Amino acid sequence: MSKPKVFEKPSGMKDYLPGAVSRLRSIESRVLACMEKWGYRQIMTPTLEYYDTVGVTSATSDKKLFKLLDNRGTTLVMRSDMTAPIARVIASLLKDEPLPIRLAYHASVFRAIEEEAGRDAEFFQTGVELVGDPSPDADAEVIALAVASLQAAGITHFKLAMGHQGLLNGLLQELLQDRPADQEQLKERLLARDYVGYRRLIRSMDVPADIQAKLEGILELRGGKEVCSKMSEYTADEHTRASIHELCEIWEALSAYGVQEHAMIDLTMIGNFSYYTGMIFEAYSAELGFPVASGGRYDNLLQQFGRPAPATGFALKTTRILDILGTGETAETKRVLVAYVPEQRREAYQLAAGLRGRDGYAVETRCVSSIEAGQDPEQTAEGKLAYMGKIYDEIILLAGESDGGVRDE
Amino acid sequence: MSDRLKIAMPKGRIYKQASKLFREAGLPIPDDLDDSRKLIIEIPEAGMDFIMAKPVDVPTYVEYGAADVGVVGKDVLMEENRDVYELLDLGIARCRMSLIGLPERKPGHTVRVATKYPNVASQYFRENGQQVEVIKLNGSIELAPLIGLADHIVDMVETGQTIRENGLVEIKTIFQITSRLIANRVSYRMKSEQIEALCKQLQHVIPGQELSGNQA
Repeated sequence: MSKPKVFEKPSGMKDYLPGAVSRLRSIESRVLACMEKWGYRQIMTPTLEYYDTVGVTSATSDKKLFKLLDNRGTTLVMRSDMTAPIARVIASLLKDEPLPIRLAYHASVFRAIEEEAGRDAEFFQTGVELVGDPSPDADAEVIALAVASLQAAGITHFKLAMGHQGLLNGLLQELLQDRPADQEQLKERLLARDYVGYRRLIRSMDVPADIQAKLEGILELRGGKEVCSKMSEYTADEHTRASIHELCEIWEALSAYGVQEHAMIDLTMIGNFSYYTGMIFEAYSAELGFPVASGGRYDNLLQQFGRPAPATGFALKTTRILDILGTGETAETKRVLVAYVPEQRREAYQLAAGLRGRDGYAVETRCVSSIEAGQDPEQTAEGKLAYMGKIYDEIILLAGESDGGVRDE
Repeated sequence: MSDRLKIAMPKGRIYKQASKLFREAGLPIPDDLDDSRKLIIEIPEAGMDFIMAKPVDVPTYVEYGAADVGVVGKDVLMEENRDVYELLDLGIARCRMSLIGLPERKPGHTVRVATKYPNVASQYFRENGQQVEVIKLNGSIELAPLIGLADHIVDMVETGQTIRENGLVEIKTIFQITSRLIANRVSYRMKSEQIEALCKQLQHVIPGQELSGNQA
């Protein structure tokens, strides 16, 4: 490996230029304000965590964790999501605070070995965790808040697919009671989104035709309310029925929130099996090929930190939302240049201070003689002012004789 | 994204069979597209746009959402390992991935394997506990064992004629290959009705559905 060129960055790392930052900050502040209104208080946690605590409990697969060693040789990870760090805080610093606890965050997270060059290894997520409430209402709350957050971010056209990890587990368990290996293999196929392999595996299994039909039918369990009733035909198992009831309750609650139009039920929607335990969802925008938000219930995580508690939450993929909304600077701020000759320095600074005191103004000052004596001798002062006219919304010129002419651009 | 379904189609061998299948399913696909040099073909009467891509690129277009769905061989899917939905086995362009070599060749200490499919080949040997050196080639793979570049090759076999003509033998079939209908994660949900309708139409005309072998 040769020495990197001075402008190079590690693979997957990105600079954010002012236009992008302005857009990002505006998304971040609107979304966090929305989350605060729902009672979620912001929290910040360190970028580095121990591999043995946060690393091993996170939903991110081991090979995608960004690992390093500290000066004592202990393995550290760059946080790959905010859920495990927040679980650690709730079980330690906040252990005496009564549940439920609602927390919000905006943070960069890290992933190693994204195979495509230029795919982000560091990206922003904005999300919430609701810890200590096992009810379907809590799940519906985070979904409704995800909808509100997407709208606050400026995404108008989106859809949400909702599944239920426990329910799918239960169905497979019931249909293939003594065949745990087959259950695992079917789940692997679903997780890989390999429906061809899923169907083929079912047909190769030595089970009755009605069970085969039911297993294949799982792929069709998509839609709205009707899916709830269709699922009840599927099972006699009490535990699975409870899961179905829970999913239907969430669906009803979403209707009460008035966000049902964005949502659909899709039982094939699944995630990491060792992590998610109940409801699980993803949000999609028509303008992007990847999900813009995801979340779900993870009732087993907190106990790994010594404070067993049910929990649910979601994260907006803020960097991807930025891709949808573009990186043009937000028009909320008016950029003003106060140009002055040295004799009017005092007036210029006073004028600038006055404007800075108003909302929505960004004011720069510049001595005119420095404009004239620019580095490029071929460029005239007029040419420079014309160029600056493109940058600034307004240029105020304080140039001697009069009290100061005002140039609007 | 337009309302029309964007379909990444593999140029060449598979396209002829795929477009025939689409026509059999009742979709008004003109049959004279093969010779066209156009890369994007609008077919408003079918509510579709065809994106004519190099076969190995089809999963990439679909993963990134540049195309909603795509038609691609299982060989490419296995090699590229993209995050897409594999919805249907279209049963066309049937062939197999095989380990091929000279009939009586004793490899040295390091077994070298030449292939267009380095990921598929490495995985196959890893799973079989064999240590090999995989050499990536881009074409005329059969040449490698003949001139001593590699001991074996891993390649797609349709009729087996090329390997026979070059005095090679198929040592083992690694997996069966057919073309698949794949879908983007977002499109699968945002355009679920269109995609489901397409699946239903195609399902009726897929050839040899009972013959599906035992593959990954």
